[in-house]
Amino acid sequence: MDAKLKETILNPIFKGNPITVLVLGICSSLAVTVTLKGALVMALSVIVVCGISSLILSLLRNTIPGRVRIIVQLVVVAMMVILVDQVLKSFEATYAIDKQLSVYIGLIITNCIVMGRIEAFALGNKPWPSFLDGVANGAGYGLILIIVAFFRELLGSGTLFGIDILNRFGYVPNNLVILPPFALILLGCIVWVQRSIQKDLQEK
Amino acid sequence: MEYLSLFVKSIFVDNMIFAYFLGMCSFLAVSKNVKTAAGLGVAVIAVLLITLPVNYLLNTYVLAPDALIEGVDLSFLSFIVFIAVIAAIVQIVEMLVEKFSPELYSALGIFLPLIAVNCAILGGSLFMQQKDFLNIGEATVYALGSGFGWFLAIVSLAAIREKMSYSNVPAALKGLGITFITVGLMGIAFMTFMGISL
Repeated sequence: MDAKLKETILNPIFKGNPITVLVLGICSSLAVTVTLKGALVMALSVIVVCGISSLILSLLRNTIPGRVRIIVQLVVVAMMVILVDQVLKSFEATYAIDKQLSVYIGLIITNCIVMGRIEAFALGNKPWPSFLDGVANGAGYGLILIIVAFFRELLGSGTLFGIDILNRFGYVPNNLVILPPFALILLGCIVWVQRSIQKDLQEK
Repeated sequence: MEYLSLFVKSIFVDNMIFAYFLGMCSFLAVSKNVKTAAGLGVAVIAVLLITLPVNYLLNTYVLAPDALIEGVDLSFLSFIVFIAVIAAIVQIVEMLVEKFSPELYSALGIFLPLIAVNCAILGGSLFMQQKDFLNIGEATVYALGSGFGWFLAIVSLAAIREKMSYSNVPAALKGLGITFITVGLMGIAFMTFMGISL
């Protein structure tokens, strides 16, 4: 694998993370992180949607007129999201999670990561790098989602994937952690840690 | 009275930003000063107010089970229909504003096209589908209320951020980090409205 391709894959996961550096896709990332299971399903859905719609739009990139490209992008992304939603609804194991994620699966359509990567990368690059870029950005998003969900489920319910971890030691679940605003505070702390390590990301 | 309680509820209790985190991307990116924030807020109210009733009609008379043809359930198409309606309406509003009010157009600038991919707009339509409103009046009031809640949230965050530029924040927290934490604290403040039943 050549260096440029490797950069395409590794950059979005830490150095150019879509959530903490580019500030894209915050909307859905906070509401779905109450349980690890929900976060994992959401992360996988975004990886699939982002990768495949980047691939499709990269294949179409020379035939789409510039003026209508937003609508074309939305239609392709919406089609992928409908597919993911129908797949989730059709299995017994994932049906409950689909209900729990409610409107947030549908909101992948307007997730800025998907649209942003298509605009910034897929429309100017060959299909294979675009596909990898989409998958890697989905993975970078998923990584943050899983970190946030890990702390929220562990401290908020004392469990991980629904399995009791802390409660057996007499831990009293902290209800503040389950409330939505805590996700934002946690995300602020993640940004803090990352920017303390990578000083060049700090704002003046 | 029904309408009034729905209106108040959608502003404070079901606030788009603090209760559901919708429209967060533009909320964080465009809240550096109060004037542009207010411009974007007004644009969001306007677009919600047009798209939500239209999507309500489409949902009731076309997409709902048995609505168009007996025995046909088109609700799986709702994502693509809603987003197409939103994108088309944003495009039309943009053209109209450009034609009839060039000052407003240059003030809103890039925000108008960006609104098509604002989660709050699509989220409004998806919540409308979940909530089963009785008539188009309720859908319109809900649109107005949630748009107004979004406006309120972005203007207050912008005001706080303007003040915050004078305070001494740790270098690594500056900008994005402290904004996240501020929004979190504002969200906790908004939670006080949660127990209120109207």
